[in-house]
Amino acid sequence: MSVSMAAIRWIGFQTIVIREYGRIVRIWGQTLVPAIVTATLYFVIFGSLIGSRVGPMQGFDYKQFIAPGLIMMQIIQVSYANVVSSFFGAKFGKHVEELLVSPLPNWIIVAGYTAGGVLRGFMVGVVVTVVSLVFARLPVQHIGALLAAALLSSIVFSLAGFINAIFARNFDQVNWIPTFILTPLNYFGGVFYSVSMLPVWAQKVSLGNPILHMVNAFRYGFLGTSDVHVEFAFFLMLALAALLFGVAVMLLDRGVGTRD
Amino acid sequence: MFALSTRALTKVYKNGVQALRGVDLDVEQGDFFALLGPNGAGKTTLIGIITSLVNKSGGTASVFEHDIDRDLERAKSCIGVVPQELNFNQFESPLTIVINQAGFYGIARPEARRRAEQYLKQLQLWDKRYGAARGLSGGMKRRLMIARALMHEPRLLILDEPTAGVDIEVRRSMWEFLRDINARGTTIILTTHYLEEAEHLCRNIAIIDKGNIVERDHMANLLLRLHTETFVFNTRNAVRAAPTVAGFMLRRIDDYTLEADITKEQNLNELFALLTARGIEVLSMRNKVNRLEEIFMRLVENRGTHG
Repeated sequence: MSVSMAAIRWIGFQTIVIREYGRIVRIWGQTLVPAIVTATLYFVIFGSLIGSRVGPMQGFDYKQFIAPGLIMMQIIQVSYANVVSSFFGAKFGKHVEELLVSPLPNWIIVAGYTAGGVLRGFMVGVVVTVVSLVFARLPVQHIGALLAAALLSSIVFSLAGFINAIFARNFDQVNWIPTFILTPLNYFGGVFYSVSMLPVWAQKVSLGNPILHMVNAFRYGFLGTSDVHVEFAFFLMLALAALLFGVAVMLLDRGVGTRD
Repeated sequence: MFALSTRALTKVYKNGVQALRGVDLDVEQGDFFALLGPNGAGKTTLIGIITSLVNKSGGTASVFEHDIDRDLERAKSCIGVVPQELNFNQFESPLTIVINQAGFYGIARPEARRRAEQYLKQLQLWDKRYGAARGLSGGMKRRLMIARALMHEPRLLILDEPTAGVDIEVRRSMWEFLRDINARGTTIILTTHYLEEAEHLCRNIAIIDKGNIVERDHMANLLLRLHTETFVFNTRNAVRAAPTVAGFMLRRIDDYTLEADITKEQNLNELFALLTARGIEVLSMRNKVNRLEEIFMRLVENRGTHG
């Protein structure tokens, strides 16, 4: 029985996503629970204990203000973490060869792993949103912008995680980017404050941080307010997603980190 | 049609090691083909290039006339590969591993489940289908990789030392299984260190050494070229000294064992008659060493001397 290449690609893509879902669920203690614990601690410490003394931010209660940023921060971190650990784990355990010897083109492999990262990002996003609702009332002003911001941010950081995994030669190198780049960008990404509170030079520097645009686009979806131009934020996310997708496929095509 | 055809295939690794030096190789459709060579000869590199795990430096390769440069996806959909090293996720179950593998080749889940049952049963893994694969024995892990490679029913099955570290009983049952797969039309390329395995299973053979194909022939032709075989004779009565028999060089191993090198021109019946005349009754006889091993060692040693 001959299978068309289109069918191979579609079923192959689905299989990668199903495998990633199986992994997320199998090790749920590592993939889902930490995000809930972290978000809860942020709400308790920054939201309730410190936030009560901060006062309103952009016209919203402080807990309301930080809630979209905290959700987005978790989406970004778990999307990245999912792909970097899953793909590097596959390299380390050599089972990436199952995919590399298969007839799936490299862009399907990248798309499949990215979809896995997005899936975990959304699973965590939903759970952290439920946690947020325990602490703050969250109106939804623009559902389309909300979902699009979550989707695009998750795609961008899933792809970034994939590229990290391609270059990583050991587990230390899997952790470098999240520790030294992702975490600082998250903290300076307007999750806990409005950039309008910063000096002008710091506002300008902050605009170079893509997470600032993602958090604000997401916050716009919930609260209808943003520190940046929302249209530009979406353009930036789309451009980054396209660029990183192209880079990831090119690296796989060249066999960087995967083929001798 | 050739299941595999390579021309002037070369590979130079980044560290400067030249693993393949212009390999020309044709494997007929339906063949059971042995690819032999010492460690580091280039066998795994050759397989790696065909399965796209290794980037080639030069030359061409095609699988069932699908060129790996121009039509890689179709070429790869024809191949099933059982690698030398374990390369499945040890935390997944055998059932998950084989069903997912089928999915990577476009086999829908219901059909994948049917095939998983078929192949896991044939390879005696069905009872172990739900546990983590890391709990399987070494032989079971090897069989799992064979089941996985067969899930998309490839036209060409490549096995890179599939029975390494497997006990004799399991190895024999794997041989039977592979013979059966080949009889049903699957072309098989086998690399192995067990030359007895190649001699038993394969119809054609190539020997690779230092990145070159140094021999390519029918197995039977190659074995015919062997001039001398060493036989071991077990005797009924004790032999105190090696008997002198005209035309034959006999050695005494112990009281009940003699050894002789027999050329193709010599006749074993004649030897038996001469031994009987000296009161030595032969109870049983066997080849001392694997015949293919002798040829292999000669070819490789020759190249070592002259190369």
